[in-house]
Amino acid sequence: MTNPIAPDLLATGRMPIKPRTGVWRRLVKRPLALLGLVIIAIVVAGAILAPWLTGYDPNEQMFDGLTLEGAPLPPNASFWLGTDLLGRDLLTRILFGARTSLIIGIVANGVALLIGTLVGVTAGYFRGWIGGTLMRFTDLMMAFPALLLAICLAAVLQPSLWIVAMVIALVNWVQTARVIYTETSSLAEREFIDAERTIGASAPRILSRHILPHLLPTIIVWGTLGISTTVLLEATLSYLGIGVQPPTASWGNIIFENQTYFQAAPWLVFFPGAAILALALAFNLIGDALRDILDPTQRGRA
Amino acid sequence: MSKGVTSKRTGVFAPAVSTTAGPVLEISGLTVSVRGEDGERPVVSDLSFSLARGETLCIAGESGSGKSMTALAIMQLLPQPAARIDSGTIRLRARDRGDMDRSDIDLALLDERRMRHIRGDRIAMIFQEPMTSLNPVLSIGRQLIESIEAHTGLSRAEARRRAIEALKAVRIPEAESRLKQYPHELSGGMRQRVMIAMALALKPDVLIADEPTTALDVTVQGEVLELLRDLQREHGTSVILITHDMGVVAEMADRVIIMRHGRMIEEGTAADIFARPQADYTRELLAAVPRIGTGVGRRKSVESEMRGSVAVVNDLHVRFDLHGGFFGRVNRRVHAVEGVSFSIAPHETLALVGESGCGKSTTAKALAGLVPYHGDIVIGGRNLAGLGRDERKAVRRDVQMIFQDPYASLDPRMRVGDLVAEPLLIHGIASKEERGQLVAALFERVGLSADQMELYPHEFSGGQRQRICIARALALRPKLIIADESVSALDVSVQARVLDLLKELQREFGVAYLFISHDMAVVENISDRVAVMYLGQIVEMGTRDQVFSNPRHPYTRRLIEAVPVPDPARRRPRFARLDQEIPSPTRKIGEDPPKLALKDLGNGHLVAVS
Repeated sequence: MTNPIAPDLLATGRMPIKPRTGVWRRLVKRPLALLGLVIIAIVVAGAILAPWLTGYDPNEQMFDGLTLEGAPLPPNASFWLGTDLLGRDLLTRILFGARTSLIIGIVANGVALLIGTLVGVTAGYFRGWIGGTLMRFTDLMMAFPALLLAICLAAVLQPSLWIVAMVIALVNWVQTARVIYTETSSLAEREFIDAERTIGASAPRILSRHILPHLLPTIIVWGTLGISTTVLLEATLSYLGIGVQPPTASWGNIIFENQTYFQAAPWLVFFPGAAILALALAFNLIGDALRDILDPTQRGRA
Repeated sequence: MSKGVTSKRTGVFAPAVSTTAGPVLEISGLTVSVRGEDGERPVVSDLSFSLARGETLCIAGESGSGKSMTALAIMQLLPQPAARIDSGTIRLRARDRGDMDRSDIDLALLDERRMRHIRGDRIAMIFQEPMTSLNPVLSIGRQLIESIEAHTGLSRAEARRRAIEALKAVRIPEAESRLKQYPHELSGGMRQRVMIAMALALKPDVLIADEPTTALDVTVQGEVLELLRDLQREHGTSVILITHDMGVVAEMADRVIIMRHGRMIEEGTAADIFARPQADYTRELLAAVPRIGTGVGRRKSVESEMRGSVAVVNDLHVRFDLHGGFFGRVNRRVHAVEGVSFSIAPHETLALVGESGCGKSTTAKALAGLVPYHGDIVIGGRNLAGLGRDERKAVRRDVQMIFQDPYASLDPRMRVGDLVAEPLLIHGIASKEERGQLVAALFERVGLSADQMELYPHEFSGGQRQRICIARALALRPKLIIADESVSALDVSVQARVLDLLKELQREFGVAYLFISHDMAVVENISDRVAVMYLGQIVEMGTRDQVFSNPRHPYTRRLIEAVPVPDPARRRPRFARLDQEIPSPTRKIGEDPPKLALKDLGNGHLVAVS
């Protein structure tokens, strides 16, 4: 194939551009990111291997799981994390709950981020009537009480884990859209975007290659922050009877079931709470590291 | 060649200020270092100088020379915690008159609380960007009065009186009513005057001005510099003027310090530095300064190239609607470009000059397809207005643009090699391997090495980045390159080299340039033809010689005269002041600006007649 532009320039043969060095390799090199990865690996492993890890059934109300007065047991040799009000093993419930919470945290949150980013980027880049319509709709969603909306949606659709995840996503994308919109509209004003347009870049190309990479830090931060919010929103929904139905365990509903007994049996709130915290922290650590790794200006001179 | 211009400049030397008293500020062995990723790095090393009473000392140098750091060190305003003074003394001499400041003070040892009394009162500073150094939510009156109150203990009424005096001193008309205005209601020049008023209201011993006119238009720059000179003469203030512009140095300085990489390269009186520079670097610096009247005549005659035009712009209008009122209807319009027409021949450089807000950049943007317009833009014989999207994309390939700020116009998250390859990718030119080779060749052509393709934009200096932008613009082999203030953000020595590169590339590839600039000296250096814009319309257009040797429109003359000459022996005696500000291009609906008619004075020299 001959080149119509500059055949004379082809004379000096040079190597083409090298591929990027692995993000994964640089991620594992950071101790904090590695810690985050380890925590997530433990949670995922725990969720998958839950039936074989403890030897208890998560929903079985055990006779020896309660004191003679009927109070839950604190952590001890046979029930490592203690038992709950109905005499069920807390560790087993947390392990099984990890399944629900991971799915909600990742799926619901992921879908919310996806919708939010799409709406925000489109509205922020195109402005005009498209942007106006999208953002007014977003404002409307924001003004509408999220919980009420979730209740309506959950009532119409038959509650199941996936439906709950979708409901949470449909409620949670709004804030992301707002933030992404603001950032996109300021990015769209930057000179390098004008420069892209002068070389003939199409809108999809500008959006995917030049706007999205700059939004990554924001998306990552919102993504990690959203994990804990969604897990707790799921708990709220279960509490209202429209979330994951008992006796199925989720971290959120373990906390909700037991929060009134916080003073008498603190472990019942402490352990699932610690699990949510650890998961959110792990995603946060990875998010932080990813943000730095993906931003070339954060790296020293090559 | 431009006799008409230079004869106006042979003024007398500014009368020497009495510098009988001893130095007011003495700096010795000053070393400032900044902590970065790769450890501590000195930004000012072992700098010593003294400033006499009533003297103007210019510290000149290119970016990274440590001149601003020196100023910040004197003010004890170094960015914390990264930068600190390692060693050296900054001795401020006692006032003769004051009773409390009898002894000398070493500013480097002063704590923050005592330093606050020195700042503003004894040493004041004005910065480059007057918009960011004024608080946008407070009226200028409040800012002025509060700073006076804080330092003097005058009553509010007295402080107010003093504020009005200060505004009058910097020749702000209707000073009293201006007190109620907010920074955004003032033009850049007015804002800088307010900053000067604020700095001088407390009658400091030393005024440090860090690039005070760099952000201003040339005609405004002339006024502000003259104002500084007059005020200094009246108050006997010592001034440290920090600038990169050797023209400003020649205009203002009694003594000059040339700095580079944090060290003093040369020190001397302004006359000596310009007439007999000792250091090689000073000579290079002076040689790189573009001067009006030195543009080499270009051998190519324009008429031989008139056979076909690369681009023809006819009756171009760009207006921006402003919404207002209760229903958000359009009630005013910014008439950014009003009926501009010109054509550019192959191999030709047409310069579009004017001051900020004159519509030159908007014209460029319309041509590059970035703003909607009315009128005709014909590129390579095809009128853009009648084309579909794909055709327009194909035609646009022939027009590329280089922006002003090389830091802002490259996506910081892409490798520069990918950035240069991108236009080829978008237009589907060449296979992947060929693209790599093409880009490598382009890199070498603009004076970079092909190994640098893997790096990111932030890893390059400003001049190198502008070379990357040039390579990118060149990748599609366009017929026309629009250079929008493309060298104004660069240091003079870098600027000279980039201009040379642009000229070389023009010879080699035969590309035409639309060169947009506010800098008349640069324009004279590079252009074949010049069009002067004022308030959205062209007021004068002709060949370079026609416009520079025989400027006919008063605005053109004013622009040329306003450029500071880098020669202290040719200081301008007096700069004609404009009594009113440049009118706003914003107009109510239905109030269209009067259209200027251009008259041909012969050989295509067009001048607006009113």
